[in-house]
Order: sequence, then structure tokens, then C-alpha cells
Amino acid sequence: MNHSRTLFVALCFALLALFPLVSGSYGIDFVSKIMVYAILALSLELLVGTTGLICFGQAAFFGIGAYAAVLLSSDSNPSSIAWLLPACVLAASAYALVVGALSLRTKGVYFIMVTLAFAQMAYYVVHDTPLGGGTDGIYLTLKPVLGSLIDLDKALTLYGFILACLLLVFVGLAVLNRSRFGRALAGIRVNEQRMRATGFSTYPYKLAAFTVSGGIAGLAGFLFAVKDGYVNPEMMSWHLSGAVLIMIILGGLGHLRGALVGAFAFALLQELFKSEAVFGAFAKHWHLGLGLAIIASVVVLPRGLVGLPGQIRARLLGGKNAGEVTL
Amino acid sequence: MTNTNTNANAATLLRGQNITRRWGGLVALDGVSIELQRGSVHAVIGTNGAGKSTLINILSGEIPPSSGSVELLGQDVTAWQQPRRARAGLGRSYQRNTIYPTFSVFENCRLAAQATAQKPWQFWQSAQSCDVSCGIAEQVVARSGLTDLRNLAAGLLSHGQKRQLEIAMCLATKPQVLLLDEPLAGMGAEETERMLAMLAELKAEHAILLVEHDMDAVFRIADRVTVMVNGAVIASDAPAAIRSNPQVQTAYLGDH
Repeated sequence: MNHSRTLFVALCFALLALFPLVSGSYGIDFVSKIMVYAILALSLELLVGTTGLICFGQAAFFGIGAYAAVLLSSDSNPSSIAWLLPACVLAASAYALVVGALSLRTKGVYFIMVTLAFAQMAYYVVHDTPLGGGTDGIYLTLKPVLGSLIDLDKALTLYGFILACLLLVFVGLAVLNRSRFGRALAGIRVNEQRMRATGFSTYPYKLAAFTVSGGIAGLAGFLFAVKDGYVNPEMMSWHLSGAVLIMIILGGLGHLRGALVGAFAFALLQELFKSEAVFGAFAKHWHLGLGLAIIASVVVLPRGLVGLPGQIRARLLGGKNAGEVTL
Repeated sequence: MTNTNTNANAATLLRGQNITRRWGGLVALDGVSIELQRGSVHAVIGTNGAGKSTLINILSGEIPPSSGSVELLGQDVTAWQQPRRARAGLGRSYQRNTIYPTFSVFENCRLAAQATAQKPWQFWQSAQSCDVSCGIAEQVVARSGLTDLRNLAAGLLSHGQKRQLEIAMCLATKPQVLLLDEPLAGMGAEETERMLAMLAELKAEHAILLVEHDMDAVFRIADRVTVMVNGAVIASDAPAAIRSNPQVQTAYLGDH
């Protein structure tokens, strides 16, 4: 079972690596965007799927990473990835540290609302102050480079760079999940009271998870800003926070590959319902189609897309795999 | 871990003094004092609402007392949070099963044992290769007789087995003091026997507080019995003396 999962993920990454060979520039840009969203979805998966913290403000960390990329870049010389990328990650995790330190004092629905409030705060800072250029956003004139090795102005190089980041984040989180830190986070998700009674101070654990998650979201933001060469306040809006939540629910909570699959499924569904070739005039109302499709898939697939093979197996064999141990 | 040696030979491992807990106008605990000694089982009995669980919650640090103090291994721990008290050697089990139902039996115990060797910064190392927690988990799984079920999801255990797992997880943190909230609740006769045998064995190295409704079991295993009514202690004595105490008989035992 575990082998088939690893194989599936390896296959996904192999396909992503080979994709530019068969695709034109539109496809490369499109998949680049989805991979960035997949990184963002993975960052949220660490909070929701692993630790059980439902954060409704992930877009803030994404946006801070993106705005940092633009604001810290100079207009005369291309900046070096070597310091710009860590700076963006640090900026996002610093905000996550502050937001986490305060919001983790609340629980349940209050936590959801407090994280949303902090995200909205960040949104209005870039929306309504000269710092963020207002609703018009700001352009990134020169894309960052790494010496003469990597120039992120080239679409193909950028594609490879984003793919490498995605792989790194995926493997990093997989390693983290099986470590003692990851097991403690899983324990907090399942039964925080017991964890405390056992001797785990759960607050620092949750705060560490929150900060790491914010940093990864910041990385995604950096990549997005570099890819589009442009940032605007919509990147921090609650719509995006909600969309990322839907991605990981659609893919299947509690699995890293769920975030990966969910990001792709969400983007493809969105394209499908936006397509006039398929839906004609109805394509204008794509939000409605997308919404209905998501509701339907959550009803039909309670464990998300990654739960589908198990569901089919259970249907065919007639048995239930309720006894499956999730590690 | 802290100070285990300085007071290792002192008989009293846990001492609660004059513990009072008010919820608004309601007094849940009224000046309760209790001492737990190594090598003895101290049972606390009383009707529902007498404040037994509140007492355990305060001793373990889950809720703070309104007044009074708690001393663990000779240290005043009243201001300590629950996780810190747990690391210092205080283990507790819950009235309702509070296991990790989706984890395997072994992982339930391993995760509990991990509390003694947390090292969260070693994020590259697999938890399964943590010798300390795996070693302790093997021991407590064997000790509680769950070896055959070690790979089963804990949620699929029978009620009695879950109670055994509760104790196993409690032991996995290497505590010196055990606060057990109705470990026998809902158990069959055979399971009760097994649990009592295990408690008798644990008594030698631990100080045990036992909250229990099964009177036969209490009077068989307890070395000391404290009777609570409406948040106050009305008697605390050896089991035989408690049985013949007229005040206790009218207040509690007489109802049977």
C-alpha cells in the first residue's frame, strides 16, 4: 500500500518534469501556476491535515511572500535568488509567528475567525496604503537570478525552479510528518488533551507548525510574484484562503498527495467551467458550475480524490476498510 | 525527571493541601487535602458530583485551584502547567477513553513515551527509529497484555482493552504518581481481575490515586480510602475503618 503511494507521487513528479517536452508556452505557464498553488496547498495541509488547525488566512502569508519579492527587488539590477527567496520566506514566517502566537490562544471556530481577521488586516494594509500600491498592485520589473546559472525570466527555467521547490517542499513535509515533531502534531490533531496530559506542551508545537506553514506559503507567494511579474491585493483576499482550503479538502485531508492532487483538480475544474467551448454562454457563470462540482465531489468522495481507490476497492470487495491504521 | 532522586525515598510523592475550587457560586471542592504515598493505593470514593474528577483535574494541572496548593515529589507545582507536571512524573488516565483511535496500539504507546524524549528539532529522523520511545512502548504494550493487538487501530479495541491501553499509555511516560479516574468502569469480571492484578503490581513502584465506583474492587485493593461528599472530605482512613464509620454509612455506603 505504502509502495503504491510512493509510486503514485513519483509518477506525478515524473509527468510534471516531462510536461514541457509536449507543451507550448501557455501550458507551461498554466502548470507553473498550478504547481505554485500546490505548494500553497501543501503549506495549509501541514496545519489542517496534520495538526488539525483550520487556518482561514493562508492567503496573507502567500501575499506577504509575493509583496516582499516585489518590494525588496531593485529596479536597476536583477536581485539574487540567494537572498531574495529566503527574505520572502522569512517575512511570511515572521508574520505567521505573530499571528500564530496570538490566534493559537483560541480554539475551534474562534481560531478560524481570528486567522481570517489577521489575513484581512494584511489585505487592507496593501489595499489602502501607499506601501502596496493600492488596488492597482505593483510590477516586478526585473526578475531575480542566481548568478548566471538561473534566470527566472525564462519560462522554462522558472518552470523547473518551481517544480524543484514543489518537490523539495513535498519531500520535506513527508520527512517531517514521520519525525517525532510530525507525530506530535498528529497527536495534537487527534487528541490534544491527551497530549498535554502525557507531557507535551502543545502550544509551542502548534506555533512551530504555524510558522513553518507560513514560511512555505511565503515561498509560494515569492514564486507567484516572479511568475506573473505583478502583485495585487487580491492575492491576500479571503477568496484565495478559501480556495486553498477547498483544494486540500477536494484532494483529501491528511495526505500530502491530497494537496497536490487537489490543487490540480481545482485548477482543471476551474478551467473546465470557464471554457466557452464546453459551456457556451454559461461559462460566464463559472463560479456556479465550479461550486456545484465541488459540493458534488465532497458528497460523493468524503475522503477526497485520494480516497477514491480505497472507495472503489471497498465497493468491489464489499468490505469496509474501517480498520485501516493511519500513521 | 526533575528532582526524582532527591525525594525518591520520601514516602509522600504527591500532596494536595486545602484545595478549593469554585465555579462561580458553586463550590466543587471545599478545602480538600490528600496525600499519596509510594507503595500504596489511595482510593477516593463518593457519589456523582462529589468532586472526585475535579480533584484529579486539579492535582494533574488540567484546571487551576481557586486556592490551595499541590506538591509533587517535594516541589510546589501549583503554578505548573499540566504538561510540565506530566514530565515531572505525574501520569493520569481519564474516565472516558482518551486514546488516539486512528493510531495503532503500539503508536499510541510510542507517542506517549515520546513525551520523555521529545526532541522536535530532529525533524529529519523518523519517529519509528527513536529507540527510547519504541523501547518503552514495547515494554508497556507487553506489560498490559496487548502484544497480539499491537498493530491494530486503537479505535477497534474492545472497551476493556481500551482501558488497558489507557493505563499502558499512562505508564509509557514513566510516571511516579498515577491518577486513575475510574479505570474499571464498564469492565467485565475477567477484565476487572486483570486490571486489579496490574494495579497491585504497579503499587510497588508508584503512588496511586484511584477514583472508582466498584466498591468491591476498592475495598480489595485500596490501602487507604477517602470519602467525599459535596466537594468535602468526610472521612479518610484505612478501608476497614471506613467500612464501619457511621458517618460514611449514612452518607454513602448506606445507599447501596
